[in-house]
Amino acid sequence: MKIHEYQARDLFRKYGIPVPDGVVCHSVDEVKKKVSDEDKLRVVKAQVHVGGRGKAGGVKIANTKAEVVEKAEKILGMDIKGLTVEKILVADAVDIEKEFYVGLINDRNTKSVTLMASAEGGVEIEEVAKVSPEKIIKMAIDPTMGLMDWQARKIALQLFTDPKEVRQTAAILVKLYELYVDTDSSLAEINPLVLTPDKKVLAIDGKMNFDDNALFRQREILEMRDVLEDEQKEIEAAAKGLSYIKLDGNIGCMVNGAGLAMATMDMIKLYGGDPANFLDIGGSSNPEKVVEAMNILLSDKNVSAVMINIFGGITRCDDVARGLVTALDEIKTEIPIVIRLSGTNAKEGLEIIKDYGLPTVETMSEAAKKAIELSKK
Amino acid sequence: MSILINKDTKLIVQGITGRDGAFHTSKMKTYGTNIVGGISPGKGGIEVDGIPVFNTVEEAVKATGANASVIFVPAPFAGDAIMEASFAGVELVICITEGVPVQDMIKVTPVLKQNGTKMIGANCPGLITVDECLIGILPGMIFKKGNVGLISRSGTLTYEVVDMLTQSGLGQTTCVGIGGDSVSGLYFKDLLEMYENDPETEAVVLIGEIGGDAEEQAAQYIKDNMTKPVVAFIAGQSAPPGKRMGHAGAIISSGAGTAEEKIKAFAAAGVPVAKEPGEIPGLVKEKLGL
Repeated sequence: MKIHEYQARDLFRKYGIPVPDGVVCHSVDEVKKKVSDEDKLRVVKAQVHVGGRGKAGGVKIANTKAEVVEKAEKILGMDIKGLTVEKILVADAVDIEKEFYVGLINDRNTKSVTLMASAEGGVEIEEVAKVSPEKIIKMAIDPTMGLMDWQARKIALQLFTDPKEVRQTAAILVKLYELYVDTDSSLAEINPLVLTPDKKVLAIDGKMNFDDNALFRQREILEMRDVLEDEQKEIEAAAKGLSYIKLDGNIGCMVNGAGLAMATMDMIKLYGGDPANFLDIGGSSNPEKVVEAMNILLSDKNVSAVMINIFGGITRCDDVARGLVTALDEIKTEIPIVIRLSGTNAKEGLEIIKDYGLPTVETMSEAAKKAIELSKK
Repeated sequence: MSILINKDTKLIVQGITGRDGAFHTSKMKTYGTNIVGGISPGKGGIEVDGIPVFNTVEEAVKATGANASVIFVPAPFAGDAIMEASFAGVELVICITEGVPVQDMIKVTPVLKQNGTKMIGANCPGLITVDECLIGILPGMIFKKGNVGLISRSGTLTYEVVDMLTQSGLGQTTCVGIGGDSVSGLYFKDLLEMYENDPETEAVVLIGEIGGDAEEQAAQYIKDNMTKPVVAFIAGQSAPPGKRMGHAGAIISSGAGTAEEKIKAFAAAGVPVAKEPGEIPGLVKEKLGL
C-alpha cells in the first residue's frame, strides 16, 4: 500500500524527523484559508500516487500568497499520467546547500531491512545506482539489534564531516528505521534529505510503502489509504479471495494459481494475442467465486474472449467443471469462452463442459490459440 | 537418495486441528508420509486421524523424535510458529501459510541461522520425494519416481510441469515449491547445491518468476558449480513493468528482476529457457540424451 508525500511527512514528524512546515489543501478556497498572508518562498506540490510530478508540471514555486493561489488553481484538477490531482501540499521552501538520498527497503538477498544512502541525492538517484553503484552505501540491519547508533553514525560519517551534521543525520536514520519497523513498511525514502546553508538537516520529500500482508495490524496506516479507481477493483477482488490486475488487452484470463496465470498470459502473448488481465482465483472450485471472477473479468469492456485455464491438483477438475457450469448459467454472456482443464479427473470435467455445449481443449497452447481466434471474430 | 526428505522423515503438523491442516494431514498420511504428531495449543491429548496432538512443538519433538514440521497456522501467527519449531530443534520447517508479514520473516531469519534450521516457504505448496514422503498441499498422484529434480516459485504451474514430465516418461526425485514471497527460506541456489550432490538426480527443472534476482543468482551458481543439466522456465514474460517499489526497488536489484535479465543470465550459464511450459520435457530429454 502506498501513501502520499504529505502523509509520509506526518509520519516523519511524529517520529521526530524534521520536515519544513506545510499544509494540505483540497481546494483553492482551502488554500486561501490555510496559507498565511506572509510573503515567503513556498512550494506547491501535487499529491498523486505517481512519480515524475515535477516534470509533469505538478510542482511549482511561489513567492507570495497570491502566487500560491494562482499555482494551486493550475495544479488542482490537472492530469498527471492519467491521475487527477485532488490534493496539494503547500510547503515552505528551504535553501539547499546539498542534497542526499536515504532509503530503507526489505532486501530479499540479505533477508533483512537494508539501509541505503548516497551523497548524490535528488531525482537522478536511479541513474546514479545504475552508472556508479559504488556511490550508494548499503547496510543490512540485524532485526534483533535494530539500527544501532554507531551504525547510523558510520553511515552519516560517509555523507558529512561536520560533527553537528553527522549527529543530526544519524538521529534521522535511527528514527526512520523505528518508523519503518513500527509500521510494517516495505519502503521508506527521504529524497532529498537536504543540508541548508544554516547547517540544518531536513527531509524535503518522503515516500513510504507498506506491506499489504501486515495491514491487519496497522490500523492507522490503513486509514491513510487513498484508493485509485483501478486499484478499487483490485482491492474488491482481493476481499473475495481473487487476485486481479487489469491490463490493456482483449483476452480475459481466469486461472488457478499466480504462476500458472502468468504463464497463461505469456502464452497468449507468445501466439500473438493480448491478455486483458491477470486473474488468479486461488485453489477453490467454489461456484460463487467463479461467478465473482467472471463478473470482474467481464466488467472490462475490452474483453472479447475468455480463456479459463485450470489445473486440478487437490481440487478435482469435475468439481471445477460443475462450478463453472453453475457460474455460466448465472452469468449468461455472449462472449466466447474457451475452457481448458487438466490434472485430477480432467476427463470427467471435460465431459461436463462438453455436455454444456462449450468448446474444450486439452493443452494450454491449444486453449491460447483458440481464445485468440475467437477474440478476432 | 533424494534431497531434504525421504521415507525416514518424521513429520509434525503445526495447526493440525484447523480446516486446512486437518484436510492436508489426511492427504499426506494417505500418500504415505510418516506423520508422528500434530500441534494445537490447548488441545493436547486428543487425536486427529489417529495422530497424537500436543500443546507445544517441544513436547511433540520429545515424544516422537520429529525432525520436520509443516505449518498451516494463520498468517498473523505463522512467524511465531516457525520460531517455536526452530527453538524445539526441528531440522526442516515448511511454512504453507500465505500472507505472512515480511517483517515477521525477517525476524525469523537470524533465529533459523542460529539454530541451524532449514526452512521452505512461506506461501509455498511444500515438497515431495516421490513414493516416500509428501509434505504440504501438492497433489501426490501426478508425480512419478524418476531422476529429475524440480524447484519452483509457483504452485499450480509446478503441477502443470510435473504432469507434463510424468506424461512424457520423465519421473522425479524430489520436487520443491520454494514459495513466492520476497523474503523466504531456502532459495534456488541452496537447492541446486543439494541436487548437485544427490546421486539420484540427473537433471533439474527450475521454474522462476519475474521479480527479485533469485534466478540470476541461480544462473551464476549453475555456471560456477553445476555439472548436472538444468532447464528453466520464467513465468511473467509478458507482464508489463507495473508496480515497482519506488527508487529503492530499482537500486537494490540494480536492473535485475525482468524476464529478459533472467533469460540472459540463464543463457550465459548454458541453461536452455523454455518459451512455454510444454517445451520443458523435450529440453530435459535433449539434455539427458534421451
